[in-house]
Amino acid sequence: MSTTPTASDTQATEETGEAAGLPMSRAALNAELKSIISDVLGIDSEQADVLDNDSGLFGHLPELDSMAVAGLLTEMEDRLDIVIEDDDVDGEMLETYGGLLAFAEGKLAEA
Amino acid sequence: MIGTWPCTQPGGTVSEELVVRCGDSSGTRVLIIPPLFSEHNLIRRQLVQLMRKLDDTGISSLLPDLPGWNESLEPLETQTLGFWREAIAEAVQVHGATHVLAVRSGAVLTPPSLRGWCYAPQSGAKLLRGMVRARTIASRETGQPETSDNIYALGRKEGVMLAVWSISAAMFAELELAEPPKHDGLVEIKQGQVGGPALWLRAEAAEDAEQVASLASIIGSGLAEPAG
Repeated sequence: MSTTPTASDTQATEETGEAAGLPMSRAALNAELKSIISDVLGIDSEQADVLDNDSGLFGHLPELDSMAVAGLLTEMEDRLDIVIEDDDVDGEMLETYGGLLAFAEGKLAEA
Repeated sequence: MIGTWPCTQPGGTVSEELVVRCGDSSGTRVLIIPPLFSEHNLIRRQLVQLMRKLDDTGISSLLPDLPGWNESLEPLETQTLGFWREAIAEAVQVHGATHVLAVRSGAVLTPPSLRGWCYAPQSGAKLLRGMVRARTIASRETGQPETSDNIYALGRKEGVMLAVWSISAAMFAELELAEPPKHDGLVEIKQGQVGGPALWLRAEAAEDAEQVASLASIIGSGLAEPAG
């Protein structure tokens, strides 16, 4: 994460008290996930910001081959402090940005 | 700048392996150990750019290939981590390296004798986890899904092909236990200190001049400090 925090980051942190160790808010998670994807795809944060729930990922972006997806999932494990099992990885989770965000939210809720 | 170095094989024969050298300083000479397997390809150009930048500031460096890497005539599937560690120790002697910069999973080959840096070090277990995961995802694509458990079992028993890398059973078992070393003479460089996105996450090789400058600055400052 090298980008300057966005307004939504700051707002999310203030609203949820993330700094106090509470679970990451949806806005903060959204920002972190976009940051991970922009790192993996080598795009800048403005380009990542236009990703919406229907934006296609695996099977839609040539950069996202199996090695890159594996890297993406490993980076999510490290930066979101979650563990992703084989059975978690399915077409629905990887097909769209919304699917990946919903998956990450579910994992964080389990933790 | 590009030459070869004689690497002694376990049987006593010698193989000629490539080495990239930069600078002709008779003082500091930094041995660069790149990440293993795919990440090496993704970050190799960035590392050579770093070597050129270091040379600009009077710091020599070298990036030797080991048997089974790049254009080596030695097959990857017969290599072991133990032998690669011996080969690194030999490279230190042959080239008179005074310091080490080990990158990502290359950290598991760090020689105990040198001071230096580990840049975003990664354990062998973590490296394998990513490579095994990539194979499970690729296998689903082909309609013949495999589980991680099966791939780990195969890797331990008879070795396994992960992406384009043929990993022997011995190498697989060694990687599962391999950790980057920690001692007072080794300083960890985190990606946050370098700034910008980690280039090894990309699907394609890339370079970043600002990150090169940042890394060169960290190394230059470290060398300027008195050894403690």
